[in-house]
Amino acid sequence: MNNELITADLVDLDLRVPDRHAAVRGLAERLVTAGRVTDLEWFVADVAEREKQMATGMRGGIGIPHCRSAAVTAPTLAFGRCPEGVDFGAEDGPARLVFLIAAPEGGDSEHMSVLAALARRLVRAEFTRTLLEATEPSEIAEYVRREVSP
Amino acid sequence: MRVVAVTACPTGIAHTYMAAEALEQAAVERGDEISVETQGSAGSEPLSTREVHEADVVVLAADVGVNGRERFAGKPLVEGTVKQAVENAAELLRRAAEAAEADTTVGAAPQTRHEETPEPDAGHTGAATRLRQWLMTGVSYMIPFVAAGGLLIALSFAFGGYRITEAPDVTEHFDPATLTSWAALVNQIGTTAFDFLVPVLAGFVAYAMADRPALAPGFVGGAAAVSVGAGFLGGLVAGLLAGVVVGGLRRVPVPRVMAGIMPVVVLPLVGTLVVGVLMFVVLGTPLSALMTALTDWLNGLGGANAVLLGALLGGMIASDLGGPVNKVAYTFAVGGLTTGSDTALQIMAAVMGAGMVPPLALATAATVRAGLFTAAERDSARPAWLLGASFITEGAIPFAATDPLRVIPSMILGSAGTGALSMLFGATLRAPHGGLFVFPLVGKPGLYALAVALGVLLAALAVTAAKSFAREGARALDGDENAESTTAAA
Repeated sequence: MNNELITADLVDLDLRVPDRHAAVRGLAERLVTAGRVTDLEWFVADVAEREKQMATGMRGGIGIPHCRSAAVTAPTLAFGRCPEGVDFGAEDGPARLVFLIAAPEGGDSEHMSVLAALARRLVRAEFTRTLLEATEPSEIAEYVRREVSP
Repeated sequence: MRVVAVTACPTGIAHTYMAAEALEQAAVERGDEISVETQGSAGSEPLSTREVHEADVVVLAADVGVNGRERFAGKPLVEGTVKQAVENAAELLRRAAEAAEADTTVGAAPQTRHEETPEPDAGHTGAATRLRQWLMTGVSYMIPFVAAGGLLIALSFAFGGYRITEAPDVTEHFDPATLTSWAALVNQIGTTAFDFLVPVLAGFVAYAMADRPALAPGFVGGAAAVSVGAGFLGGLVAGLLAGVVVGGLRRVPVPRVMAGIMPVVVLPLVGTLVVGVLMFVVLGTPLSALMTALTDWLNGLGGANAVLLGALLGGMIASDLGGPVNKVAYTFAVGGLTTGSDTALQIMAAVMGAGMVPPLALATAATVRAGLFTAAERDSARPAWLLGASFITEGAIPFAATDPLRVIPSMILGSAGTGALSMLFGATLRAPHGGLFVFPLVGKPGLYALAVALGVLLAALAVTAAKSFAREGARALDGDENAESTTAAA
């Protein structure tokens, strides 16, 4: 199985959804297809659980739904770009970039370091700008992989 | 401004690292130095002791409890949520700058530890380092009980005389009109506090290892260690055992419906049962035999051997200046206090005298030969006088942290000397702590003061000599621009 953090299949450059639940579900379906999530409902419920604790939207039009779930097989990122925006509870309005981060339950730290590297990139303006401007899913997957590689 | 920060969020996947990154970026913009410890799922690269020691201010950006908060005791501290750090790290650092500005205390270093945390490789911490952190957590929670109980017991001896331990139970006989009754009461309160020592030690060692669910198994394991007569040694084993058992249980996958009640009900229940059975049935007997043998051996060192024992305990006290080895020697001495035997009181005197030596010796050396010390060390000398006089050995840590190879052996020499002399003179002490302030409780105070003074002199001479000989090397190492020390060696 491909163990990359993200592949072109996990990128949706035109994610048109009514709300954040639909956004999560849409991206989660890609995770299931890619074999990274074993149980869609279970995983979506775990993400919702995390979202309840604190909204994951942040300034600059970014939503970062994420969770650790036993339904996840490997640390994975699914990325969606929403031209119309979708509300993730940030103060300055809806998110145009959605990062769905799936982490396996009880993964060892070496495993998880790729997600840590990803999270650090999320607060870099250049990273998000590149993702806003990219035109091809494969371009995005490659860029993210290169950025988080140790 | 030098900043150390810790970030921690509930899932430990995203915000912990985003907050760290945001703080680092903001620090670069402000021109601050920052080191961030990310307490997340990708393992934590712990802040080194030196980083914590040298920091002007601590920033905690966390939505969950921060592990190892006690490391920052005495430092100005600013707290925020991870969200604040992610979205407005600059504001958090501005608050930190204000807090650092407002903090004018100098050399507030007794809480920091001198051992260098080895630089972590690949995000992993060495087993020895982690073991030491667990033990230190347990010890740090135990110390308040030692202080409260020990000083109450000392007070009761002061007012009630040597035989106060034989007074009738205050629940059966208490006469408010007599001093003896009050002394007996104070003694029994102190003894009650002492009864917590081993359980608290075990409980918080377990807590450091496996968090709150391990607390009950640890406490109960510690109490079981006391019941079977396994003492501190048993308590340490019980604490580690509870941490391992609960840590293991947490890894067992459980159905979702069970997940909520695991930390509150299942883990404490099963953990306590397992640890209790092991402590009572399996480990209790051998541990108590070992503890008895150790105590008998140390207590049996009479005559010339008593001097050796004093030197040994004194050396242990100075070897890590408040760390685990120091605490082993110290708890051994305190454990004897309740027996009130002459040997036990001599040991207590030797240990306290030895513990006063390092800060006093370094303060002396830094005053007399100021040129051999950095400006920061000379600043640490002023509080070191008071800390040494109060038997807070940790006052020597600022000196040891920057130059351990020359400072620690010198301190061991002086402390061992004081320990040996104190035993030789047969000085006694009924209080577990207090330094100069409990000298009225010392037997043979004149000779005891002499023993301490000679140890201070010895250690101060040793450290001065070590620093004089090796000054050139030391200067090259830490690149210190100390104007006064440029002459002789160059």
